[in-house]
Parts: sequence; C-alpha cells; structure tokens
Amino acid sequence: MALRVEDNKCIGCEVCVHACPYQAIEMVDERATLNEACILCGACAYACPTGAIVLDRGDSDVDITQYEGIWVVGEVTSEGTMAMVTAELIGEGGRLAAEIDTDLSVVLMGDDIRHTAEQAAGYGADRVFVVDHPALARYRTEPFTRVMADLIEEHKPEIVLAGATSMGRDLAARLAARLKVGMTADCIELRIDPETRMLEQTRPAFGGNLLATILCEQTRPQMASVRPNTMGLPSFDESREAEVIEVPVEIEEGSITTKILEVVRDESRSARKLVEADIIVGGGRGFADKQQLSLLDELAEQLGAAVGFSRALVDQGWVSSTQQIGQSGKIVHPKLYIACGISGAIQHVAGITGSDCIVAINKDPDAPIFEVAHYGVVGDVAQVLPAMTEAIKARRGE
Amino acid sequence: MNIMVCVKQIPDTSEVKIDPETNTIVREGVPSVINPADEHAIEAAVHLVEEHGGKVTVMTMGPPQAEDVLRQGLAMGADEAILVSDRCFAASDTLATSYVLANAITHNNNFDLVLTGKQALDGDTAQVPPGIAEHLGIPQVTSAIGIEVEEDRLRVKRLLEEEFETVEVPMPVLISCSSQINEPRRPGIKAKLMAKRKEIKVWDHHSIEVESCLCGIEGSPTRVVRVFAPTFETDGERFEGEASDCALAVVNRLVESKII
Amino acid sequence: MDFSLTEDQTMIVDLVKQIGEDVLAPQASEIAERGEFPEENIELLREMDLFGIPVPEEYGGLDMGFLTWGLVGELLSYYCSTTGSIFGAHMLAQYPIMAHGTDEQKQKYLVPMTTGEHIGAFGLTEPNAGSDAGAVSTKAELRGDRYALNGTKVFISNAGPAQTYVILANLDPEKGTRGLTAFIVEKGTPGFEFGKDEKKMGWDALPNCELIFRDCEVPVENVLYRPGRGFRVAMDTLGVGRLGMAVGAVGLAQAAFDAAILYAQQREQFGKKIAEFQAIQFKLADMATEIELSRLMYQKAAWLKDEDEAFEKEAAMAKVYSSEMVSRVTSEAVQIHGGVGYTREFPVERYMREAKLFEIVEGTSEIQRGIIANRLLRENRI
Repeated sequence: MALRVEDNKCIGCEVCVHACPYQAIEMVDERATLNEACILCGACAYACPTGAIVLDRGDSDVDITQYEGIWVVGEVTSEGTMAMVTAELIGEGGRLAAEIDTDLSVVLMGDDIRHTAEQAAGYGADRVFVVDHPALARYRTEPFTRVMADLIEEHKPEIVLAGATSMGRDLAARLAARLKVGMTADCIELRIDPETRMLEQTRPAFGGNLLATILCEQTRPQMASVRPNTMGLPSFDESREAEVIEVPVEIEEGSITTKILEVVRDESRSARKLVEADIIVGGGRGFADKQQLSLLDELAEQLGAAVGFSRALVDQGWVSSTQQIGQSGKIVHPKLYIACGISGAIQHVAGITGSDCIVAINKDPDAPIFEVAHYGVVGDVAQVLPAMTEAIKARRGE
Repeated sequence: MNIMVCVKQIPDTSEVKIDPETNTIVREGVPSVINPADEHAIEAAVHLVEEHGGKVTVMTMGPPQAEDVLRQGLAMGADEAILVSDRCFAASDTLATSYVLANAITHNNNFDLVLTGKQALDGDTAQVPPGIAEHLGIPQVTSAIGIEVEEDRLRVKRLLEEEFETVEVPMPVLISCSSQINEPRRPGIKAKLMAKRKEIKVWDHHSIEVESCLCGIEGSPTRVVRVFAPTFETDGERFEGEASDCALAVVNRLVESKII
Repeated sequence: MDFSLTEDQTMIVDLVKQIGEDVLAPQASEIAERGEFPEENIELLREMDLFGIPVPEEYGGLDMGFLTWGLVGELLSYYCSTTGSIFGAHMLAQYPIMAHGTDEQKQKYLVPMTTGEHIGAFGLTEPNAGSDAGAVSTKAELRGDRYALNGTKVFISNAGPAQTYVILANLDPEKGTRGLTAFIVEKGTPGFEFGKDEKKMGWDALPNCELIFRDCEVPVENVLYRPGRGFRVAMDTLGVGRLGMAVGAVGLAQAAFDAAILYAQQREQFGKKIAEFQAIQFKLADMATEIELSRLMYQKAAWLKDEDEAFEKEAAMAKVYSSEMVSRVTSEAVQIHGGVGYTREFPVERYMREAKLFEIVEGTSEIQRGIIANRLLRENRI
C-alpha cells in the first residue's frame, strides 16, 4: 500500500493540509509533501480536488461488482410488531437505493412474525426476507449472526444497515467480524456516491466533539449501524406491497450456548446517573410548587433523560442534593441540557457549560441563562414543557 | 478463573479541543486516560477473582505510553499486564484491532473469561468486543450490568433499551461491561507505587504471530476520509409567543441538528 | 536548587487532585454547613494511604517526608479545608510518637494512626495555658505503675472522633516547664471524658472539644520520651504543627484566589468584565504573590525538616506570614465577589471566617514573632 503525490497535478491549494488528521502534510515548493507522521489513512486523497494524491491500496480479493442491493436488518419488538427504528432504516435505505437504482430489502427474524412483513412493505421495502423460527423468539447473538451471515453470503447485498440499538450494535459488530468487512457504528448521516456506489457514513467521534465520515472501499457489504431517531420516519401506506421470501432455517436449540433466563422491564429510565446522562432536563425556581416538577419527569421520560435541579430547589427541600447541578453540585456535560425555569446564576451555569447543546425555557426574557443557550424559549414552564413533551411524542410517531 | 481484561487508553474527551482553522483535534496537552468503561471491566474481574480465585491479566493494544492504563489495572488489583505494541498496529480499525487482541489473548494461553468495557469513549463503536469474541470463536454478552458464577457457567444481567435481560452462558465467554455494573475501586497510593514497579510484558506482531497485512491500516477495511467539527448556533436562537408553537419550533431544531 | 517533584510525589499529588475534584470539593460547603465530622472523607484518605506520608515504612508509612506531606495537606485544604485540618491535627499526635516513642509505643499507637484506623489528637491548650506551655495545670501524679491525670484541656482539634491522644500534664506545677510530661491516652480510658464542643465562628465540622480528666489512670509505659521532658515533646510537635498551619493556610488561600479570579472574569459591570479593571487586577496580583511566597516558605521549612536541619524558625516564619496572608487573601476574595461574596451562595465568606483561625492556633502571631526573634538573637549573638 502506498500514497503518492503526482507533482504535475498538485496545484498547491493546501486543501490536503487541512484535511489531514495527522498533520502529516507539509508544503514544499508549493507542492504537498508527506512526512513521517503519515499513516496512509488517505484522507488527503479523498479531499484533493485535482486527484493529485493517489492512495494505491493494492488489488482487492473481493469483486465488489458482484454485490448489489441495500439491506436493512429488521427488529421486532417484544409485542411482535416491527420496531420503529426499522421503519426509519427502510426510509433511509429506500432513499439510498433510489440514488443507485437498486432494491431495498428487509430481513425480519423472530418467532411467528410473518405479519410484520406487511409493515415493512407499508413503509416502502421492495423485498422482505422472513426468517421464522422458535429459536429466534428473542435476539441472541449466535443464531441471529448465523442466519444473517448465511443470507448475506447467498444474496450478496452491497450495503447492510442495522439500527444502533443494543441488538443492532451487538449483531452488526459480530457479523462484520465474521464476514471480515468494514463496519461503521452509530451513524447519524448516510450519503451515497451514485457513480462509485460508495456509502459515505458520518458518525460522531471523540465524545461528540467531532464528526467523521468513513468509507469501506474494498469490502462488501458496506455495513453501518444508524442511531435511532436521526433519520425521520417514512410515510406508511398499507396498500404498498413487497416480495416476501420465507427463508427456512434449521436451528437446534441445543446448539445455542446462550440461554435467556429472565427479562424484566426497566422502570427507572429517568433515574439514571446525572453525570453519565446524554440528555439532562434541569429544573429551577420557575416551578410554582413541588407537584409541578412532574412536568420535568414527563419530558425526561420522553427523551430518556436524567433529571437534575438548581440549588434553589435543593435549598427549598423539594429535591435531594444528589441531584443538584452547578459549581457546588454536579458538573455535567451531556449532549443536550434543557434548563427549565432556571435563571442562570453563575454557579449553575458553571456546571453546565460543558453541554454540547443548551436549551433554555424561562419567563424572564432577560434571564442570564439565555446568554449561554443555543435555543431559548421565553415562556412559562407550565405551558412550554407539556407542549414540548407532546411535540416529541408526535415526532416519534407514538 | 483466568480472566483477561482488554482496556484502552483514550484522549480525555472532555478536554478535547478543535482547531477551528484546520478542523482537526488539537492533540497537544490533552491528557490520556483509561477508557471509563474499562475501569468497570477491571473492577468486575478483580472482584470475581477475589470471590472465586484465579488470575487477572490486563491487556491493551497501543503505543508505549499506553502502559499507563495497564499500571492503573495493576494498581486496581490485576496480577499481570501485557502491552501489545507494534508500529504496524497503528491506525487499526475495529476489525484489525479485534484480530490483534484475539491473537494476543490466545497467545497468553488459557482463559475462561474475557472482559472489556462496553465501548470506548473516543471511538464509541462498541465493535471491538464482539470482534474479539468472533475471532476467538466464543460467545459474547454485551452491556453487562451484573455477573454471577453458576458452577461452570455465568449468569449475566444485561441492560437493553427498556429491559433487563438475564442470560446464562458457558465459559469461555467474552463479556462487555456497562458502567452500571459496579463502582470501580480507587487504588491507594501504596497500590499505585507497587504497580509502578511491576514488570509489564510487551508483545509485538512477531510474538503473537499475527500477519502484518491483517493489522494496522492494511488490515482495516474502514477509512476515515473527513473529520470535521459539528456546528451549533453560537448566538442562540430565541422563540417567543404561543407556548405550543415555541415548543414545536425548538423540538424541530433539535431533531434537525440530530441532537434528539 | 530543584523545584521539580519526583515521580512518586507527582503520583501522590495527582491522586489527591483526583479525589479532591471528584469527592472532596463537591461536598466541602455542605460539610461545613452541616457541621458534622466528615467520616466519609477520612475513610477515603485511609483507603488512599494518605495518613502515613512521612512515617517510616517499617511502621506502615510511605517514608516520603514532610515536604510531600505538605503538598498533600495543601491540596486537601484547597479542596476541603475541614478535611485538610483534620489531616493536619492528626499529625500532632502521630509526630510525637514517631519522633519520641519507643518501638512498643510505635507498634501499638503509630501503626494504627498510619493506616488511619485511629485518628489522633494533641492536647496541650488549657483555659489558662495556651501560648504559655509552662502554665499547664493538668496534673499527673504517680501511683504505683500508673499516672493519674486530673485537669481540663480546651479547643482540642479532632477530639471526640480521635482514638489516640497525646496529652501534656505537669508532674510538678512548681517546676513549670520542667515538670511537663507527655502521655499517650486512649479514648475510653476511665476518667477521660469529653466536655463541650465549642461553637465557633467557622470550622463547624472540625471538632474542638474539651477534654476532662478525673483521676484518669494511664500506665507508666504510656509516657512519651521521659517524665519531665514533655516540653521538648511539645515544642517538637508544635514545630511540625506550625508547618501544618502554613500548609493549610496556603491551601485555603489558593481556593479563595481561584474563586476570585474565576468570578472576576465572569462578572460584568459598566459593560466589561471586572477583571479588566486595574483595581481588581492589582488585588489579584497581590493575592497570588503572597500565596506563592507562603508556599515557598512552608516548602523550604519542610525541606529543612526532611534534611534533618533545624527548621523551627522557618516554620514559625511560614506560620506567621501565611496565617496573616490567608486573612488578607480571603477578605479580598470576598471583596472581589461584592454582594454575592457575602452570601452563603458562594464559598468565599466561609473561607474568610475560617482564615482567622490560622492567626490564633498553634501559637498566636505574637508568639511566632517571639520565637523568630528569639532564634534570630541567638543566631546573631554578639
């Protein structure tokens, strides 16, 4: 493998210098020159507008033209319906399929789940593989990986998408290792190049400080898991039809080493630890009484968020000090912080400025919290919070 | 019980800064730390051995400086530490990394259990643990929040989106630990001084017999082609008026910017 | 001259910073407010092996000297002044046993204090004997193989939670300091009781209790050093005590300074951050300069101690300067905060209340100056 700069094509624009994540390119006599920090990642070759930097990866053993079609690994809920994340992926997969003029297939695995094929069709799948077997009643790594690997080897799709859920991430990672292919986890954006049919997979990295776009150039299928609720739901039309293929499988329960002993619903989502939470809903003096704090819990429930409070409420004895956010409480750095009825005293703000995004809701248009907020709503929490909870519910199609 | 714990050294993501000019990570001055979930994996291993006997070996793949995270493992009570380090491992993606680690684990003879953190905070992929299990040809249990020994099998409680699931698996097995599994112990200064003086084995690609074409950039099918900083409205956008309209507008913004 | 830390010192400093940020600092205000002995913090220091820093390894310590002890003490006081003071007061019982105890006494009393299993307290001060150690009126009377103690001690830090007490009593009040004797007294010894815990201007979570001895019988083997040589024990201990006071003052002052410089860059008046006004800048510059000077003074004194050199004058200089410094710095920190600095919403008012104590305990500023002058005149005798 090698990376070379074709001097006659290099125009000295320095685009590659900025594209290089390793500071491995220097300009010498207005020509790009690689230094020893280069690890041959090829980011420069991708960025170069004139094609002057060429990454020669050697010949691939895989004939990528044999692979065609986009697949979605479906998920079935414990109630026996197709999961919303699968609908989202069907929408996204269908959009990509249209760009490269191919089909979108969904694989649904479970026990007594033939009826879910209609749901997949209604959301826009062209083809549905139904794998129905008692051993697939709940997700387990071994049988699901085996079924998927066999199907992929037989049908050779060029792209396989899964939800970045606990099942999707467990399965896709194992599957990619078995197939020895590249896989990008937790994507929030997918694009496809209609000419090369290459999937451009964008995902957060370094704790959300950065986004990275990733390609799997030489292995097929190109695999990605997609973070739920990032792609939007496609419309549902029950008159749509799809080709349904029932896949017979032989699985002996005895050959599966993992046994599921118990499944219990988790009732304590919003009680998750503040410091670890991705989303935090914070409450302050803007609440009329202790009972009104339930509005926070309802919003948190919808977002899968943790709940914290400003010092004012702790001092009033409404809430425990373990839930206090601020300089004298917990310093938090979630992806999203929603400050509800919090004025924004410095000591509170000092505890939340590490948040990626801050939303503030406050009656007082001059409240200092608005200065640090990315989005501000001037209004009473009593009205705004229930409206937000409703809006999120509606967005999620529940 | 012989337990291998795979850990990773990462840049402290809370300290990561982006150079606004080049859109790259400013690496200078960013401290390296042990991946937080991995501390829970070490704690789980040390605790299992305290209860049931055996040996804990911590292992990491990385540059020579990654030794620090191994010392941390030793201070927490691991018996041995192995640094898997070779220039040809640099820039390995998850597939290549799991290939190298699986080979290193097999090279260290018998094991009953491989423990890892659920995911690394920098890459956030959660792909290496299943990758190792696949290369080793053993079952995997991800997102564990509890492990109990039941004769020659393990009972593992997992945290899923909305459920707790308890599974039973035979050993050898790989388990990735969620941070809810335990509260990692904080080693005192004596344990730290002792760990500092312990010997750490260093293995390269020859010693663990891996093919260099299957590790590093060559063995990595994925390629990062662009890195850029996400953008937020810095000035802040303000909504005033009817509560329901404002709420909807904010939710839409959050959805558009992929925050929720 | 070398100001760099050793690898081991760096390791211990990093560890203390970590527990300080994770555990001590977030609860410091609440602990002071609640006024209860912070048992959880003491347990944490115990787990971190921080109670035996200068103690030889054979007694379970780290043998890392008083400079390292000072670095750790400063950080503890920085993150949680109460915890820092308990840590400092503990040494007042640990040090005399380490310096003057027999091997049996060390095994029995020093080892558990080094692991932190037992907390220590030092009892010298009495209603009529503070700075004047010769005026101690607690009496010790030999009765067979035991001494009977009678008297009252006041303002004893760590008293109550502590298990091991080093108590100064007089065999013969007529002889003044020549009758002074140090005893190791265990909590729970019959005749040894606690009186009232003082209500103070600050430091509510630091016990400062009365000790009452009524025919409290202590075995002769619990005499430290020799009968009648307690003054020497007390003076040695107070030397280390002064060092500890300087250390604590620097930690507290640094906390106040950090709060002030943060606030000055956040607070806006007349359309700009108050840190942009020269009046505030000069305050900050003076505060930082005084803190730095105090830090160098305690480190120099601790270094002399670790080199086995005379350090009493330097420790007294560090103590008197740092204790007056911390009052100035904390007061300025409140001033920079303005109105909110006077409220309990911010910690600086507490720092200011706590600071005053440093000028009073372990010998008032006046006594320190006396000690310094004494030494100077002896060194410069013509």
